[in-house]
Amino acid sequence: MLSRSPYAARCHATWSPAIAALALIALVGCHRDMYDQPRLEPLEKNTFFDDGRASRPLVEGVVEYGAIPPDSVILTGKVNGQLTDELPPEFKLDAALLKRGEQRFNVFCSNCHGLSGDGDGMIVLRGYRKPPTYHSERLRGTPIGHFFDVATNGFGVMPSYASQIPVEDRWAIAAYIRALQLTQYAKLDDLPEAERQQLENQPAATPSPSAP
Amino acid sequence: MPQIFHPSMNTISRASIFGAVFILAGAGAILWLVFRSSYMTQVGVVRPQPVEFSHEHHVSGLGIDCRYCHTSVETSPFAGIPPTATCMTCHSQIWTDSPKLEVVRASYRTGESIPWTRVHDLPDFAYFDHSIHVAKGVGCVSCHGRVDEMPLMWRAKTLHMEWCIDCHRNPEPHIRPRDKVFSMEPLPAAPTPAPESDAKPGVSNVALDLMQAHQIASETNCSVCHH
Repeated sequence: MLSRSPYAARCHATWSPAIAALALIALVGCHRDMYDQPRLEPLEKNTFFDDGRASRPLVEGVVEYGAIPPDSVILTGKVNGQLTDELPPEFKLDAALLKRGEQRFNVFCSNCHGLSGDGDGMIVLRGYRKPPTYHSERLRGTPIGHFFDVATNGFGVMPSYASQIPVEDRWAIAAYIRALQLTQYAKLDDLPEAERQQLENQPAATPSPSAP
Repeated sequence: MPQIFHPSMNTISRASIFGAVFILAGAGAILWLVFRSSYMTQVGVVRPQPVEFSHEHHVSGLGIDCRYCHTSVETSPFAGIPPTATCMTCHSQIWTDSPKLEVVRASYRTGESIPWTRVHDLPDFAYFDHSIHVAKGVGCVSCHGRVDEMPLMWRAKTLHMEWCIDCHRNPEPHIRPRDKVFSMEPLPAAPTPAPESDAKPGVSNVALDLMQAHQIASETNCSVCHH
């Protein structure tokens, strides 16, 4: 092997710190401090608390600042302990409310109650206990507060939906259930003149092949 | 002074100067391929989960809406992972003795969380907000892929910044009518524009109307996501 020249030795001495520096940059370039910063994301795991949760459950009995009084009709569906038969005054019964109710009903309720409220949703077809139809004499005569109360507190095997559906949406759903009940018993005479004309001019509907 | 290099080094040095270009290009190509491989991006890689939950079964089999479980997707940055109580809404009566669901029942009995593995985790320096994307008409499927066809969950997109920017520069193809945001079905294909028209290919008039109706602007300022 050739002996090293002074030049080669000098060259080696100049380059080795540079190579070491490059290697260091490459190594520290891979750290992930910025990717995983010392802050907690929702529902992240955290060892600080005994239950390992970063998102803390509310302390029992806590009341939100400025919250609606817990015994008011908008939160209970009841006036003096009796189910209310009217929407709370905070709500205006209009098409927007019913549209919102329809959308939320289809997301949260139709799975069991069915899109038309007959109680034949997909989860029922898969073995869940069948809920009663909304179109019975009994439920058509029940005050609207009942539907709000059931969505809030559950009924029978149905659990509470209070954590999934905000209060406003539960009232919108209750209003929409009333609209659903009307659909099964509405008469042609109930329609405004223009819409009745439109309906009567339509060709007779052919039964859908997919209908059971 | 003795000769340091053998005369053959002349050839070797010429060859290596020429070859250096290819060696550097090769190293670059390997890095590029590695960083875009599913090994790094986790695209298409199933994450192990404590419960073999099938989105395919619950979404396309049963028709449960995304929002039934991911309740905060319309109102908060975080879409929300359902509490065990949501699973037990149905599974208190259905599949009650399935061994696959024992983890869920145990969690319900003890109050301990189910340690789900997060599939989509952005770096902490990028701030993403579900609610604004949903409100502007970006469908779930645009980022999460066909969740209704995933028996187990995987990542459908790289989550690279390049991928975010692609849509932020040109949102039209991803904008849906608001009632189709939670639908997994692809949007109807845009008609091919006439050759003389200046319409962008692949963009329907519907999308352009929606862009106006939802007041969508191309948002590419750094501080939109990094703040």
